[in-house]
Amino acid sequence: MTPVKCYPSKPEKVYFFGTCLIDLFYPEAGLDGIRLLEREGIEVVFPEDQTCCGQPAYTSGYQQEARAVAAAQLDLFPEPWPIVVPSGSCGGMMRTHYPQLFAGSEREALAKAVAGRVFELTEFLVHVCHLRLEDRGEPEKVAMHTSCSARREMGLADTGPVLLAKLGQVELVEQARAAECCGFGGTFAVRHPEVSAAMVEDKTQAIEATGARRFVTSDCGCMMNISGRFAHQKKSVKGEHIASYLWRRTS
Amino acid sequence: MSVQSDSVRPHPVQAYSPREFHRQAHDALGNPQIRANFRKAMDGLMTKRHDSFGDWDLEILRELGANIRLRALAKLPDLLEQLEANCEANGIRVHWAEDGDQACRIIRELCESHDARSVIKGKSMVSEEMHLNAHLEEAGIEALESDLGEYLVQLNEQTPSHIIMPAIHLNTDEISEIMHDKTGTERTRDVDTMTAAARQQLRERFMAADVGVSGVNFAVAETGTLCLVENEGNGRMTTTVPPVHIAVTGIEKVVEHLRDVPPLYALLTRSATGQHVTTYFNMISGPRKPEEHDGPQEVHLVLVDSGRSSIYQDDELLDTLRCIRCGACMNHCPVYTRVGGHTYGTTYPGPIGSILSPHLMGLEDTKDLPTASSLCGACGEVCPVKIPIPDLLVRLRRESVGEGRGNVPGAGVKRTRKEAAAWKGFEWLATHPGVWRAGTSMAGKLRALTPSRLGAWTDYRSAPKPAGTTLHALVKQHEAKRHQADKAAEEKRP
Repeated sequence: MTPVKCYPSKPEKVYFFGTCLIDLFYPEAGLDGIRLLEREGIEVVFPEDQTCCGQPAYTSGYQQEARAVAAAQLDLFPEPWPIVVPSGSCGGMMRTHYPQLFAGSEREALAKAVAGRVFELTEFLVHVCHLRLEDRGEPEKVAMHTSCSARREMGLADTGPVLLAKLGQVELVEQARAAECCGFGGTFAVRHPEVSAAMVEDKTQAIEATGARRFVTSDCGCMMNISGRFAHQKKSVKGEHIASYLWRRTS
Repeated sequence: MSVQSDSVRPHPVQAYSPREFHRQAHDALGNPQIRANFRKAMDGLMTKRHDSFGDWDLEILRELGANIRLRALAKLPDLLEQLEANCEANGIRVHWAEDGDQACRIIRELCESHDARSVIKGKSMVSEEMHLNAHLEEAGIEALESDLGEYLVQLNEQTPSHIIMPAIHLNTDEISEIMHDKTGTERTRDVDTMTAAARQQLRERFMAADVGVSGVNFAVAETGTLCLVENEGNGRMTTTVPPVHIAVTGIEKVVEHLRDVPPLYALLTRSATGQHVTTYFNMISGPRKPEEHDGPQEVHLVLVDSGRSSIYQDDELLDTLRCIRCGACMNHCPVYTRVGGHTYGTTYPGPIGSILSPHLMGLEDTKDLPTASSLCGACGEVCPVKIPIPDLLVRLRRESVGEGRGNVPGAGVKRTRKEAAAWKGFEWLATHPGVWRAGTSMAGKLRALTPSRLGAWTDYRSAPKPAGTTLHALVKQHEAKRHQADKAAEEKRP
């Protein structure tokens, strides 16, 4: 049974875990996430020593290495504030797999406590902040790709579309097979490049067929994959993290 | 109906191996016919499944299905003994086989003891797993598949590409060509005509067969009943027309109670083909009784272990044994949909195959299968008995690089010094935040030097370039600005 998730009321402070992909490739998306939270009157604490959630090692089977990396992150959130993560993939890792990684160890209780405080950004904006948005952008069609981790691991198929629906001038168009994976899958894209390429090719075709010139996503792995495919084909369709899109249209 | 041209030929017969996953995937991806056949078929199956659950609360039913299977597995040794006792009491002779070879020998010897020359088969994936047909043929016993898809695959000298729909990789034109080539059937695109021809061909063989061999969907311990789910009636013919019926199945197919069957059946048919019920549901509870006029004079049940009891020793891996073989995981798998079933080179393709085959064949041969998934979770989401397939894929990745519990054959085979060192390096960086920040900051500053080619990634996509500034640095600037603004506001205050 899908458990009922009880959300806290809006806190004064949150931790922000920016994720390594955002840190390195899409820092503006992280900053825009922080700005959205601050605009809601929340103080955002960004622990400086954060690096990576450890997922790449975890999904590659390198369990000890993943555990060591995860252990380093566990210590970064000593206060009982929510931990907001602008990625369903990293959020899913922390919420679902941290407790598994430390099961039976002395850090199990800490891992569970941290996992229980992890929220994906769009989830937090919808369910905790009850975000209201005033759209200042031009009328536009946009497609959304919800990552598989957000959709299935975290059960957040709707939070992205719910936020986009708050933008009065934006029409969310649904691509064919919207729930299908874009083919990124972390190291999957490297280990099985041809299969991954066939998947992202289908995804870009589906998005392009909607007529939207822009797609948004809440996961930078998917964005790197899908935008990378569009750019490789010299297509004009652009990808944007949903945090940046929301901030840009409402600030 | 129009007769199609000679230009459409069934794709060439070849042997597939899980060792060749990459090459086979490459070939399949480049074959537009294969791509189109699977995409169309899987799209249809996904829609049918989705629509068929309209009459049930799917999540409640899945939870029930998972619990029934888990309860059966928790009591597996006892239930198998109970099954044996109750089958024997019903007149079904029970045989135990440690592996596929032993199961083949048992079946062959049973055939030989009846001087059987011809065996008619209902669909059984376990018999595929142990290469029963080849074994019988070597002994001079002809085994003919009677499930339509299996029949076509056998005519085309192939193996099934799907566990429920063995010939799903073939389209109408290809099937017409195979039937023309192998049975002399006139070429046609009319499915009913082809089905009628196959039915005629098979009907004669049913009447002449000495032994019928079938699989089992559920073996009920409390009653000694063998349940067989099918749509074509070939299962009923196989198990009732020949004088001897031999059922063969893996030891995990046992369920405790008769009342466990309806929920599992409801899940199986909806998950597999989107049907509320199948055309036939057979409950076999023994040979022909003295007062009965038909049915086999002997019924045998061959229970095959073949690696299953070793899976059963591991409390995570044993979830693999919950499987009721519906095929929904492959129907919903974006990888399977693109590369098709043969690419996996295993009896069981797709996600369930990738978590089962390493146990049956060892990780040396199957090491590329657990990685052949983007971990998108679609398989786990649709599994009617809630097997945590993505978690098990990760577990097997762990085993293959030597960081698991070491109890899967071939554990550690994929570990290379280079890759292990790379992950150690990643660990070191990610646990030394100062170095991490310096490194990511440097990567941003040197972004002009980022290679525009990054192996296979850039064959299909542009290379990502590090941003000029890291989020760490942006946050610092942002906080400094905010601090300044706060200070200014404070100073303005009277």
